[in-house]
Amino acid sequence: MIKINNLHASVDGKEILRGLNLEIGTGEVHAIMGPNGSGKSTLSQVLAGRDTYQVTAGSVDWDGVDLLALPAEERARSGLFLAFQYPVEIPGVSNAYFLKAAVNAVRRHRGLDEYDAMDFLARVKAEMKTVGMREEFLYRSVNEGFSGGEKKRNEVLQMALLEPRLAILDETDSGLDIDALKIVADGVNRLRSPDRSLLVITHYQRLLEYIVPDKVHVLAHGQILRSGGRELALELEAEGYGWIDQQMQGKAAAGARP
Amino acid sequence: MTVTSAPSATSVPPTTSAGTAPGHSWPEQFAERRPALPGARLDWLDARRRQAIARFAELGWPSSRLEDWRHSSLSFLDQHPLHAPEDLPHPANTLARLRSAYDQHDHWLVFVDGRHEPSLSVTAGLPAGVELHAISTLLNGSANGKAPDELLEQLAANFGDADEGDSPQALNLALCSDGAFLRLPAGCTLNNTIHLVFIGATASSDRHLRNLILAGEHCVACVVEHHLGGGQTLSTTTTRIELGANARLDHLKFQQEAPEAIHVGLTAVRQQADSRFHSHSLSFGAKFARHDINTTFAGKGCETLLNGLYHVDGRRHVDHHTQIDHAQPHGTSHEYYRGLLDGSGRGVFRGRILVAKDAQRSDAIQRSDSLLLSKMAEADARPELEIYADDVKCAHGATIGQLDDDALFYLRSRGLDQQHAQQLLTYAFAAEVIERIEHEAARKQARKALLDCLPEQDTLEELQ
Repeated sequence: MIKINNLHASVDGKEILRGLNLEIGTGEVHAIMGPNGSGKSTLSQVLAGRDTYQVTAGSVDWDGVDLLALPAEERARSGLFLAFQYPVEIPGVSNAYFLKAAVNAVRRHRGLDEYDAMDFLARVKAEMKTVGMREEFLYRSVNEGFSGGEKKRNEVLQMALLEPRLAILDETDSGLDIDALKIVADGVNRLRSPDRSLLVITHYQRLLEYIVPDKVHVLAHGQILRSGGRELALELEAEGYGWIDQQMQGKAAAGARP
Repeated sequence: MTVTSAPSATSVPPTTSAGTAPGHSWPEQFAERRPALPGARLDWLDARRRQAIARFAELGWPSSRLEDWRHSSLSFLDQHPLHAPEDLPHPANTLARLRSAYDQHDHWLVFVDGRHEPSLSVTAGLPAGVELHAISTLLNGSANGKAPDELLEQLAANFGDADEGDSPQALNLALCSDGAFLRLPAGCTLNNTIHLVFIGATASSDRHLRNLILAGEHCVACVVEHHLGGGQTLSTTTTRIELGANARLDHLKFQQEAPEAIHVGLTAVRQQADSRFHSHSLSFGAKFARHDINTTFAGKGCETLLNGLYHVDGRRHVDHHTQIDHAQPHGTSHEYYRGLLDGSGRGVFRGRILVAKDAQRSDAIQRSDSLLLSKMAEADARPELEIYADDVKCAHGATIGQLDDDALFYLRSRGLDQQHAQQLLTYAFAAEVIERIEHEAARKQARKALLDCLPEQDTLEELQ
């Protein structure tokens, strides 16, 4: 599905990703965990096409296509979806207009008929029901005045409507209480399928109790330091991230030896 | 209700149709037009006009040396040829399109090339006691002994003096060829909107109109000014409004003149106790547009909303100068202006709020936000608060910025292309002003005018 090779990316001249390698197969669920500042959000933004980050080296193979050569909107249309850690509020644009414009942009790209107003409403109302959003959220401005949980539900709603091949969930659990977390996780789990891959980025193991990953990676200092099964998440939960610094110091010390 | 007919066409020759040469002399124009101006035989009016043109001759067009015109000098008009436009749609077609967007029972007073056009005006069905006339009708009718003296006296008392305002207002007074006179009796509620339509057509290179609205106590009304047409032309407008105690007036001004036009307008309001004045200034047309909107609270408990939106592109220029005089206590004013600036467009906002020493419990909010859509566009915002009372709430803020990168990226990450995302955010920025317009049909007209300013408007039509 997606293969990241030796990815280096920086912002304002500061290198954040330092040779990241990661491969996610079709239908797999991977989790990336790591301490604050390790580059988790940078990875998600770079993959989604945010141009404030400069990719200085490496490549991303997206089912045979050079992902990094595509503008953000084409990545979205070709099936890459990022659920934002901080969904943006857009006053003055109704959620209904926004969702319909997004869905139809993606459908056009895939050679499907665009929804008319009636078909779209029927579809969106059904999807809203499954993520537990009231209809009034259609007519409010995008994310404006939404609570943290409502914003994350709106992200899952968009994911359901856009039917991505790869969905990246960037700290979808942050700021959610346990009830909201369960609802969001249920929404995500409902979208799991053999032809859809997921990349779950999180600081805590908690979310992974609900969205169970096939593989877990530890990201620190802009690289994947360790990879393993879901038991790695539990290990991190028990031990914290302190060992990373020791390991890095060890590396640095080893490198300093003559 | 009274509907009076226009003066016969033969009594008033059209203004210069040949166009004016650069460096053209307005006093000469005045001398030429003076015998045919409406009410030319009224001594009080002729005297005021002569004073006004003398004042204009002395001052000339305001230059950037004047603080109030620093960003919007009109000196270029000394060298700027004006021409009557050619090949414009017939005013009847323009009007038919406009009317189709509004309630069929609305009232329409129409002026073409600065003169009342009775054949296009529809003023039947006004409630008893409402006086709506063309000023030329009152002024000339009086000369023929037809107009009620009482109306003419009110007109004279509120017509304005030569020493008021800046020099363009003096020129407007000297050359004014027509305008609307509206008097609403106390307690009157107008269910239908009064539209004042000013169309620049093929007969004139400049037009000067003066409107007077006298709203009695407790009356409720909505008046919409539409400024349309023209070409490389000059239009000046003065609208004077007196609001009686507890009166409520919504005043909308659509400035949608041709992209080469010069428009200089003043709206001057005086509010009595507990009156409510809502102004919506929507400026989309003209190469140069200046709007002065002033209101004075002459009684306690007044409320004012000054809401405005403009769009400039190319080398066009729009300037809003507002002044709210909290001269009496317990007054509330809300002021919100937004500008969309593209190309090498220029926008200016000056918002002055005065709170007099005794105007305690005044509450004023002022905001001005400008969205720069190109690197060459330029916006100036100048809030000026002069507060002499100690128990007041006054807040102001001004922003000049670009589209939010986070929002643009968010939209693109959902598959919307860059252009669509930009249009959507631009529309949303402006729509906040439009949403404040309570009048539904006028709100729709404003939305349409906004969409017409944006490329690829088709993608946004479902927002309406």
